[in-house]
Amino acid sequence: MAPLDLLGFAVGALRGHRLRTALSVAGVAIGIASVLALTALGEGARRYIVDEFASLGSNLVIILPGKVETTGGMPFGGVTHDLTLEDHAALARLGRLRRTVPLAVATETLRFQGLGRSVPVLGTTAEYLEVRRLRMAAGSFLPPGDPHRAGTEIVLGMKAARELFRGENPLGQVLRVGPARFHVVGVLAPRGPSMLGVDLDEAAFVPVGTAMRLFNRTSLFRIVAEVRIFAEMDLAKAEVLALLRERHRAEDVTVFTQDAMVASFSAILGALTLTLAGIASVSLVVAGVGIMNVMLVSVTERRAEIGLLKALGAADPQILLAFLAEATMLAALGGCLGLAAGAAGVRLLAWVYPAFPAAIPLWAVGAALTLSFAVGLGFGVWPARRATRLDPVAALARR
Amino acid sequence: MIQLEGVWRTYPMGEGVVHALRDISLGIAPGEHVALIGPSGSGKSTLLHILGCLDRPTRGRYRFEGREVGALPDGERSLLRRNRIGFVFQFFHLLPRLTAQGNVELPMLFGGVPREERKARAARALASVGLLARAGHRPDQLSGGERQRTAIARAVVMDPAVLLADEPTGNLDRASAQEVMGVLEAMNRQGLTLVVVTHDPVLAGRAKRVVHLSDGALADPPAEA
Repeated sequence: MAPLDLLGFAVGALRGHRLRTALSVAGVAIGIASVLALTALGEGARRYIVDEFASLGSNLVIILPGKVETTGGMPFGGVTHDLTLEDHAALARLGRLRRTVPLAVATETLRFQGLGRSVPVLGTTAEYLEVRRLRMAAGSFLPPGDPHRAGTEIVLGMKAARELFRGENPLGQVLRVGPARFHVVGVLAPRGPSMLGVDLDEAAFVPVGTAMRLFNRTSLFRIVAEVRIFAEMDLAKAEVLALLRERHRAEDVTVFTQDAMVASFSAILGALTLTLAGIASVSLVVAGVGIMNVMLVSVTERRAEIGLLKALGAADPQILLAFLAEATMLAALGGCLGLAAGAAGVRLLAWVYPAFPAAIPLWAVGAALTLSFAVGLGFGVWPARRATRLDPVAALARR
Repeated sequence: MIQLEGVWRTYPMGEGVVHALRDISLGIAPGEHVALIGPSGSGKSTLLHILGCLDRPTRGRYRFEGREVGALPDGERSLLRRNRIGFVFQFFHLLPRLTAQGNVELPMLFGGVPREERKARAARALASVGLLARAGHRPDQLSGGERQRTAIARAVVMDPAVLLADEPTGNLDRASAQEVMGVLEAMNRQGLTLVVVTHDPVLAGRAKRVVHLSDGALADPPAEA
């Protein structure tokens, strides 16, 4: 029997039961669509995070005080040295680093006239603006100069400025942070909410020297360094580590690159995507059982037809193939419809939330189609075997 | 062409055994027109199924065209049914989703006959039963007689050696029955071996040879017939 004739015969049988065909196709379509939609969500989350990191600049080296890694050595090993402005100054002299920025962070209450607002305050230097790729809405950022300098300038995030000054022009105004007075020199352009760390729109920025005294801290929160040449990231990281080891006489800082963080986040979210796809494929199994049910009903209902085909000389393998072809076509048709529905759903999501980069990864398309094919084949075997085992005499005896 | 020697067919039934056929020995020559007649339950359908390789004898020998076929594997028996044996049933057994033409093409579909040849041969077979004009109609658009003639076209399209008909007119009115028997007898005149199962003595009387079955065994004609 030619393959095309086989398909034609199966199509004819499916067309003979339109409602039943439509329902089992819908079952598979829903399964495939949900696999695709959930995969797209997971993949979207992964891309969102990766993009978020990329917007921070991918050639950053981040230095934290303290050793995060667990080693086999002394469990409460040695003294952790502070990460100081002197360390920062030493790092700034390294040739491979274009910019180095010290960061001190604390939550403080900004007060202006009767209003108070608790915001994250970041102590840093002028170069922070370029390192984080920020833009000004009004005024200027912190002035360049010696980080130790106890300046009284403050720069506000857009949201912080709006909520504290309520429409008044904040530039030149004086506000208090704890006992200290600052005058506002600039307002940042809004950057949008960030999933990572602090929301810069509601933060305030002051000179790092002032901040250390204000927060009563001796150690920086971290130092962020921008490497000149992306290819030299690892070299730069090693140099930073060597320098600090020499200065602290111990390896008591953690240095990581944006790259490593992107990679690990990407891996975590990739696993999340796979999990979501796995959960969604449960619905495919349900759809497969639906196909099996439909095919079993079909075999029972078409006993006379099967008996007739046997009487006409159809061999058992041909009958098996004919029923398998039917089941597989049900599933494949459902797979294609589900693909279309899933793609439409993701398109809709992208239209409603343009910021969220939901997208169906190519592997998911392939996997969904393969899966639907396998579902049809796998769940079609048993009914098809039942069809071939029918005794033609008994099958023909009834009308 | 057909030789049965001491054929038995038994079914297990609860504790005991039902003897559907008892020690049947029968020979049918090529080109014969034989009627199998007997009351219902006499085993005539079982005999027809054994002749058609749909069922196997429990005991005894069945030779078809000189080959011992009672013990052939399923695949070979399928080929035999496809190429050498045609079936006509009381309830037609046409597939409702296919046209008359499609139904006649079915055996060729499973026989792997190419599409064009299939169409031509189906058209010839339909013409031979006088239904060429109805080739595009589905079974529910055909009368009972037309349906049975379509089934006959399907049975002979593979050019079989023997046509086995199980109550071919049992579901038809008198005029349609005449028509259908006319077609079958015309084919018999052209050399097709014809075996018709019936319980209608009038119909059986049209055959050149009548075989009586009673309680699973060959019997003499009843006195009152």
